[in-house]
Amino acid sequence: MEIALIVEWLIKAVLMLAILIVGFAYTTYMERKTLARMQVRYGPNRAGPFGLLQPVADGVKLIFKEELIPAKADKLIFILAPMLTVIPALVMLAVVPFGGTVNLFGQEISLSIAGDINVGVLYITAIASISVYGIVLAGWASNNKYAMMGGIRSSAQMVSYELALGLAFIGPILLASSMSLEEIVQTQGRNIWFIILQPLGMIIFFLAAMAEINRSPFDMPEAEQELTAGYHTEYSGMKFALFMMTEYIKVIVISVLFATFFLGGYLGPFVDQVPWLGPLYIFIKTFILIFIIIWIRATMPRIRYDRLMALGWKVLLPLALLNVFLTGVLIIVFPNLIQ
Amino acid sequence: MFVKGLATGFYTTFRHLFRKPVTYQYPERKRPVRRRFKGRHSLHRYDNGLEKCIGCSLCAAACPADAIFVESAENTDEIRFSPGERYASTYEINMLRCIFCGYCEDACPTEAIVLGDNYELSYTDRHDAIYTKEMLIVPLNEGARPTPQKVEPGLYTRSVPVMDNPRD
Repeated sequence: MEIALIVEWLIKAVLMLAILIVGFAYTTYMERKTLARMQVRYGPNRAGPFGLLQPVADGVKLIFKEELIPAKADKLIFILAPMLTVIPALVMLAVVPFGGTVNLFGQEISLSIAGDINVGVLYITAIASISVYGIVLAGWASNNKYAMMGGIRSSAQMVSYELALGLAFIGPILLASSMSLEEIVQTQGRNIWFIILQPLGMIIFFLAAMAEINRSPFDMPEAEQELTAGYHTEYSGMKFALFMMTEYIKVIVISVLFATFFLGGYLGPFVDQVPWLGPLYIFIKTFILIFIIIWIRATMPRIRYDRLMALGWKVLLPLALLNVFLTGVLIIVFPNLIQ
Repeated sequence: MFVKGLATGFYTTFRHLFRKPVTYQYPERKRPVRRRFKGRHSLHRYDNGLEKCIGCSLCAAACPADAIFVESAENTDEIRFSPGERYASTYEINMLRCIFCGYCEDACPTEAIVLGDNYELSYTDRHDAIYTKEMLIVPLNEGARPTPQKVEPGLYTRSVPVMDNPRD
């Protein structure tokens, strides 16, 4: 093992974690400000200029809070559950290509954390499925029947929408004839962004991904009014912060994945000459998508749980199958359409 | 089918993004109080400096939260606090019990206790919440002498002074 390779991996991993955690902090800030402005009020504007230090203030507050573990709770699982939920969210972005290759310090470094795995999409769906464990264990270990119901509801919702999500991934895979994300991005570069070729797939992906991360309007499992905060009722302090971290990091992750699958990833004007523009383009696309996700949260009321499950099984799953069918027909009938 | 409804909804929230927020940025800008706002109490005086409070403790009787404590004493012409027979030697309001209903103001026969505009009352200790007469009495105007005053005998013979009809 070359020492340069190990150093490269270490630096990329630390950089990805740092960017995701800072991104989480300022996504919470952006959400609070955007939601507030859409509700004709100011957001946080006291902690630092324009409230920019608000996430720092929140972090400090959560660190100083007392961490209660309920009396008969299962201690090991209670402490393990937030970690099980947050770690998959952090590592999901390891296979996403953020750019081409750059030449730094005499080395050719590709701007993707783990390099290009040829089963990238499989990695993403597998890691996304692990976080279901964290939630149902959090609900179970709290020794609180409302928390447990919240955990069960949440895991049922996530598992149902994973099906539609997986099928929505199949559209771009068929069009690119590869599961590797780099290949999907390059196919979009050679032809046209898949958002034009796959409108149905895009909508299904967006809805299923928002339901997967328990985000408004699909956030019944953590609805304060109905279930007294659901699976994270009994959590306080840093463990609670980890659950919040999961939700917002997953918002960032699905925005990046949407940008990669349907909006051309890191491609944009002049990205061949200046490889550093790749991460900038992904940042811009992700930013717009996060704004759209927050906009949806500000606009739509919460979907009732039984209608939510009906949407997942009776509407999205058949539509996703239809999408796969139509994409397959497209490829067979026009074999030379997609290079 | 419901695309038009969704689009209208999203356009509405988007439009609100560009409106000026309606929040008052307290404490830089404060919302103006209404005319008969019931805030902090104050014990008023006449123009010559004598206190209006005659120590009848009707306010204490009317208070639904039992927040007022009044002890009265006799006025003499040598030492005169109010133009009646009695004055309030001890007058304390427990702000933690007060519900700012204004019944004391309604019950007072001489318009002595009045609820004013100040609502920014805070204290760090429970004992600081008991407002004494020194804290409640209004400062002296121009041309007024401080109480206790020494007055001519025979000037103030009524037990309750002459009152005008209330204007507000």
